[in-house]
Amino acid sequence: MSATHFQLDPQGRLLHFLTIEGLTRRHLTDILDTAESLHGVAERRVKKLPTLHGKTVVNLFFEASTRTRTTFELAAKRLSADVLTLNIATSSAVKGESLLDTLRNIEAMQCDMFVVRHEQSGAAEFIARHVKPHIAVLNAGDGRHAHPTQAMLDVFTIRRHKPDFAHLQVAIVGDILHSRVARSLIHALNILGAGEIRVVAPRTLLPAQVENLGVRVFHCPDDGLRDVDVIVMLRLQKERMEGALLPSEPEFFQRYGLTEERLTLAKPDVLVMHPGPINRGVEIDSRVADGPRSVILEQVTNGIAVRMAIMSITLGNHARPAGEAV
Amino acid sequence: MHDAESLIEAMAGQLRELLAARGITEPMLVGIHTGGVWIAERLRQLLGITAPLGQLDVSFYRDDFSRIGVHRRVRPSELPFDVEGRHLVLVDDVLHTGRTVRAALNELFDYGRPASVLLAVLVDRGGRELPIEAHVVGARLTLPLDQEVQLTGPELLHLVIQQTG
Repeated sequence: MSATHFQLDPQGRLLHFLTIEGLTRRHLTDILDTAESLHGVAERRVKKLPTLHGKTVVNLFFEASTRTRTTFELAAKRLSADVLTLNIATSSAVKGESLLDTLRNIEAMQCDMFVVRHEQSGAAEFIARHVKPHIAVLNAGDGRHAHPTQAMLDVFTIRRHKPDFAHLQVAIVGDILHSRVARSLIHALNILGAGEIRVVAPRTLLPAQVENLGVRVFHCPDDGLRDVDVIVMLRLQKERMEGALLPSEPEFFQRYGLTEERLTLAKPDVLVMHPGPINRGVEIDSRVADGPRSVILEQVTNGIAVRMAIMSITLGNHARPAGEAV
Repeated sequence: MHDAESLIEAMAGQLRELLAARGITEPMLVGIHTGGVWIAERLRQLLGITAPLGQLDVSFYRDDFSRIGVHRRVRPSELPFDVEGRHLVLVDDVLHTGRTVRAALNELFDYGRPASVLLAVLVDRGGRELPIEAHVVGARLTLPLDQEVQLTGPELLHLVIQQTG
């Protein structure tokens, strides 16, 4: 059984959130609609809902992260859960404790949800397959494989500005090869019926047979950015580069970097997005990142509501005995 | 099937008297999704209230999350006014166990501290499990546990009594 089906119960409800692949449009719109209801909570006097009161969420971060980790923490806290964050790269992994031993120990602390980030593809699924059945597992990024909550916050941000997905043209620019963000976003956009998805990158930074994901391939931004509604710039994954996949950073910026000049190729109301952290002057010019078309900080804010939605849906489905009608 | 409009007119009459007796001149109406919002909108017109309507979806405040999870069709709660120090009228279609009203009160207080909250319901069907009573009631019904009463709308509001399960 693949991760796709493993994350669903026999009724097709989400028990874990491991990958976008194989989900239906209804799964995604349920998450987006729920997130929309949660979005206003931040404006209230009490920025908190009682929904996960008494639940314990453990963030297992085997790989460094600031934005994803803190927004998952805030999401859990705004749902009244207790939250524990373990940066395992700096704790037991260095002492040689195996992943399963670490899991068993944390399980013994009676938690209800694991949020997992790991440099190995498939790590979150591995954990989901080995935890006790009452525990929900959310993938916060696994290797080059998937980053499904990032994809959901990206499509949530797009939908709030441009709800008509059928006519939407989206360009994803940069290091597609190493990007779990790109992979998950392409799946989400396809499931939601986006009009056209383009990837814009040099050949060396594209996976083999990328066309099979349902995208149009461009090697030159002058063609790829023309008339698009959304530009998603990817971070150049310098730490994942092996050998000479790209020329120098200045040369990359010159050929692919999003400048004010290149931005004029897109529609006037284009949205500029970036999953962060941005490399200023490598993939994006500061004037664009901080400019009027940028929704980069909005993505961060939206990440909280989207993660609250996914947490409450998956834990809610665990709570409900399978087969019981609503 | 029963027409709900005459019951709502009766509610408006009771509410007008109650507000006058308490000296409340600028009440804010807050409907509980979905039926409560429809009724609150009718009451707002009947009482000539110009202030916008508040809407609550109490899905995230329910006490049965651990049994049934998140409702699929949850909508945003919207209170387009500051509740701090205001006199509120909470409106719902059917008062049964009282659990929905409890959830709504909890949610209201996360927006601020109202001066007072009145409860107006279209139907009180008995069966309370919490110490909650309505100030304004359109109709009282005694129903066996295996029957439920539902409001259909929003164009024409009708009460439908049906067998559950």
